Amino acid sequence: MTLLSVRNLSLSIGRHPILSDVSFDIGEGQIFGLVGESGSGKSMTALALMGLAPASARVRGTAQFGGIDLLAQTERQMTRLRGRDIGMIFQEPMTALNPMKTIGDQVAETLLVHRAVSRAATRTDAQAVAAEKLARVGLPTDRFPLSLYPHELSGGQRQRVAIAMAIALRPRLLIADEPTTALDVTTQAQILDLLRGLAADEGLALLLITHDLAVVADMARQLAVMQGGRIVETGATEPLFRAPRQDYTRRLLRAAEHRPARRPPARSTDSSAPLLSVEGAVRDYILPRPSAFAPHPLLRAVDRVSFSIRPGESLGLVGESGCGKSTLTRAILGLDPLQGGAIRLGQAPVTAGRTMPAALRARMQVVFQDPYGSFNPRHRVSRLVAEPFHLTGRPPDADRRIAAALEEVGLSAADRHKYIHEFSGGQRQRIAIARALIIRPDLIVLDEAVSALDVRVRAQVLDLLARLQESHGLAYLFISHDLSVVRAVTDRVLVMQSGRIVEEGATEDVFADPRHDYTRRLIAAAPKIPETWKEDADADAD
Amino acid sequence: MKASLYLGLALALAALLAAAASLIWTPHDVTALSIADKLKPPSAGHWLGTDHFGRDIASMLMAGARTSIAVALVAVGIGMGFGVPLGLLAAARHGSIVDEAVMRGNDLIFAFPSLVIAILITAVFGPSAVNAILAIGIFNIPVFARVARGGALSLWTLDFIRAAEVAGKGPARISAEHILPNIASLLIVQGTIQFSLGILAEAGLSYVGLGAQPPTPSWGRMLAEAQTMVTLAPHVAIFPGLAIVLTVFGLNLLGDGLRDRQDPRLRART
Amino acid sequence: MQRFLLRRLVSLALSLLAASLAIFLVIEVVPGDPASYMLGLNASPETVAALRDQLGLNAAPPARYLAWLGGMIRGDFGISYTYKVPVADLVLQRLQVSLPLALYALALTAMLAFPAGLVAAARRGRAADAAVMGATQLGIALPNFWFAMLLVLVFSLHWQVFPAGGFPGWDSGLGAGIAALTLPAVALALPQAAILARVLRSALIETEGQDYIRTARAKGLTRGQTMLRHALRNAMIPVMTILGMQFSFLLAGAIIIENVFYLPGLGRLIFQAITQRDLIVVESVVMILVFAVILVTFLVDLAYAAIDPRLRRRA
Repeated sequence: MTLLSVRNLSLSIGRHPILSDVSFDIGEGQIFGLVGESGSGKSMTALALMGLAPASARVRGTAQFGGIDLLAQTERQMTRLRGRDIGMIFQEPMTALNPMKTIGDQVAETLLVHRAVSRAATRTDAQAVAAEKLARVGLPTDRFPLSLYPHELSGGQRQRVAIAMAIALRPRLLIADEPTTALDVTTQAQILDLLRGLAADEGLALLLITHDLAVVADMARQLAVMQGGRIVETGATEPLFRAPRQDYTRRLLRAAEHRPARRPPARSTDSSAPLLSVEGAVRDYILPRPSAFAPHPLLRAVDRVSFSIRPGESLGLVGESGCGKSTLTRAILGLDPLQGGAIRLGQAPVTAGRTMPAALRARMQVVFQDPYGSFNPRHRVSRLVAEPFHLTGRPPDADRRIAAALEEVGLSAADRHKYIHEFSGGQRQRIAIARALIIRPDLIVLDEAVSALDVRVRAQVLDLLARLQESHGLAYLFISHDLSVVRAVTDRVLVMQSGRIVEEGATEDVFADPRHDYTRRLIAAAPKIPETWKEDADADAD
Repeated sequence: MKASLYLGLALALAALLAAAASLIWTPHDVTALSIADKLKPPSAGHWLGTDHFGRDIASMLMAGARTSIAVALVAVGIGMGFGVPLGLLAAARHGSIVDEAVMRGNDLIFAFPSLVIAILITAVFGPSAVNAILAIGIFNIPVFARVARGGALSLWTLDFIRAAEVAGKGPARISAEHILPNIASLLIVQGTIQFSLGILAEAGLSYVGLGAQPPTPSWGRMLAEAQTMVTLAPHVAIFPGLAIVLTVFGLNLLGDGLRDRQDPRLRART
Repeated sequence: MQRFLLRRLVSLALSLLAASLAIFLVIEVVPGDPASYMLGLNASPETVAALRDQLGLNAAPPARYLAWLGGMIRGDFGISYTYKVPVADLVLQRLQVSLPLALYALALTAMLAFPAGLVAAARRGRAADAAVMGATQLGIALPNFWFAMLLVLVFSLHWQVFPAGGFPGWDSGLGAGIAALTLPAVALALPQAAILARVLRSALIETEGQDYIRTARAKGLTRGQTMLRHALRNAMIPVMTILGMQFSFLLAGAIIIENVFYLPGLGRLIFQAITQRDLIVVESVVMILVFAVILVTFLVDLAYAAIDPRLRRRA
């Protein structure tokens, strides 16, 4: 039975077409994936269906849902459908809840707004049902009382509350717009399990919007691929993965599984001294006092961490948020001091602040995660790329070197005169790499450097990084929460949890045969495209 | 640019030009008393009429513009000159005792509205335009410190600051090279706001006799003198008030227009 | 919650202390010798010495400061040099005019600003919004004392609805007192209401862009329900900050406006004191004004914590 039938949905804002002739069907109780890169229009499709598109948007087409056309409803009629027949959850759980209302009130609100249906006449009734729903999503009231405020919950827990709000009235369709993108791997797995369970138990259809092909392979029976506001291809998941019909889909799948060509890692020639060595590093944070005369409690963010990186090696560091990897990174870069242990680059100690000699700093550089926050919007690219010259002194041929650095990362020398807002996310990361490279460091720290990039752009940047590593003899410290990326580009890997390294070894070894329980859980939780699905695609590739 | 921005610019420039012109020329001599001509309504000879001493109101308005603008401008200068560095310092040392000290200092000055500061200074040093400048300027300091600190704090969390740190730059250099240029537009907008507030404040202080003293002309004092004659010759009270309203109105439109212009560019993400 | 309260009270006390120190330094230490300043250039050295004795100025500054503080805590603000009566009595008398005026103006400000700001935000981009924005744009440019003069011209002299000035005293009846304070309160309130309306409007618009508003709409709430139940409360935080600051501007404005209406309030007291160089009165009145402002800030802080649960956790 078809629950939702969308035909020729088109949306434009002003003179810009955002969606063109989007059509797909979702069956009752079915999990349907809507996949695409950023800007493909998938979120806007969801908003259009809910009637929440911007007021200036002009929408055409039909969306038959249980006998009515969603796109033809008035706002008043839509307020009766939203929350009751169709629920929706969004990407950012940290900001999706009202910080000033309790979770109990917020879940109860759905019931109270739709009084006629929920038969929750009073606040107490609604609260009772709310407790039930919260328990259903994994937040039982004995551990999570209704009087809790959102700021007292983690991201994953807040997303559960959002789900409870959305399914409180047992809608027939739940739209989930990138529900797990902002969450850790293990949390993501739990939320996806929850959604899958709800779909099965309640006969709930799920429109799952995501850019992550592995997630969609895991969850959805049917999917549609979107690009530039259009549906490129639809069909059942497995056949589509095995034999994509459209070129775009093929390129997307190939990029998702892409592994850059890397020279085989130099098997331990132990005679070479380590480039970076961390010995028993300890970093504590001082927390506010619990009472006026009590001592300040300490939070140990990095707990006696030791490892080393050899010249030319690519070392991965994986861990979930709060494990201490950012703190450790700051200490390695000489931005924060250690409270114990030592870090050495070559033979020289790495200290924080003024005491670290410029020549030492110049041996390691960094590429950050956010391509939009990594650059001063008021400076031209040439000034941005040249910033590290502060450490070595500006050479007489600085301009030539800037031009060369840009060309090395795949941009043109003329780009150095432009401002950063003229470039896309992927291009900005390339510029960030050029900035890291320009003073020829020995080590580059890549702090979630590709996490914010779309799949295809990510593949290109990873290729670039592999090429540069070979031509410059660079060592990489590759920090990421994304296991598939780490697996593709590193020689050795460290797994970090709660400030400690829980496992260490050659990348393939660790992934094939994880020894620590946490590593096992991490690897199990990461969604994967089944290996067998790739065979056919590869065969088709030529 | 929106029409209102043009209007604001026009009004503000008109005040500025009137003030500048008054340095070299006014329709009549501001100090010339002519009791015979007192309280005349607007005419060809006196465009805005005369006051109770027979002085030409138009000329007095032009000269008064000088006082208002000078006081408000220098007060903004004081506020920015001390407030912005303090705010940048507090942000660079966020969470430390320096930050606390700056915040507490801010709170302390905020407890003293400029009128109260003016009262304090005047009680001890006597009224004058300089004291008005000080009173308004001192109150401007925490305003700019707070704006600068707020803007700087949101920038300190961004990665391009970390990139500068990794390039070996210290907090002072980062504040000057990266933070300040990026909060400049915020400061300019606040500057126009404080400028217009300064004109209102100067008028209020002169009205109660705490600002510029005779013979320095001042819009506020014109209103104080006009008060008793409001029934006989309303124009003596209306024109100075209008001058204040139009100038402040124009500056506010200008400030709003500037704020609208800087917003979209800051959000120019792809 | 108690720890939060305690920390705020300590903060309050420290602020008052710092403010009193600043006032003391300016009035008693900076001019060098307050006594000779008060008496003027023509005073004989004997008179100056006598006054110094009388005011206890021969003691060292720290001792004088502590004595002054101690006096204030007991309610003793010294004796006015010009009137020869306790300053406390003078202030209490004048407060009977200034305080109700400030509160009346505050109430009017809120009553005018809230509907205007709400309507402008709800009808953003449409005619009602443009009207509110235009009116408030004009309102914030008005000097309140000039506006007061215009009000007198229209309502007192032309239409004779309200008295043009003076205050009959509360003994003459509540109605007469309120009538006398109405025009001043309106003159004070209008520019402040214009400011507050704009702040409320922009706070509401900003809040409406937040993610949790989108969540509320997805649950089936109408725009109106969303604004009232979700946006308004969250928008109150910046609004309360401004309201708190406005109290201090209203107080200052009240002092100035009393001049237009010949009201026997704190303003009259303090300006006469300045002219007569009565430093004791000036010192005490300034301290009281500053105390009022700091107290209001403290109350606003408490109000924040009442509204925003995130602030209650740790001080």
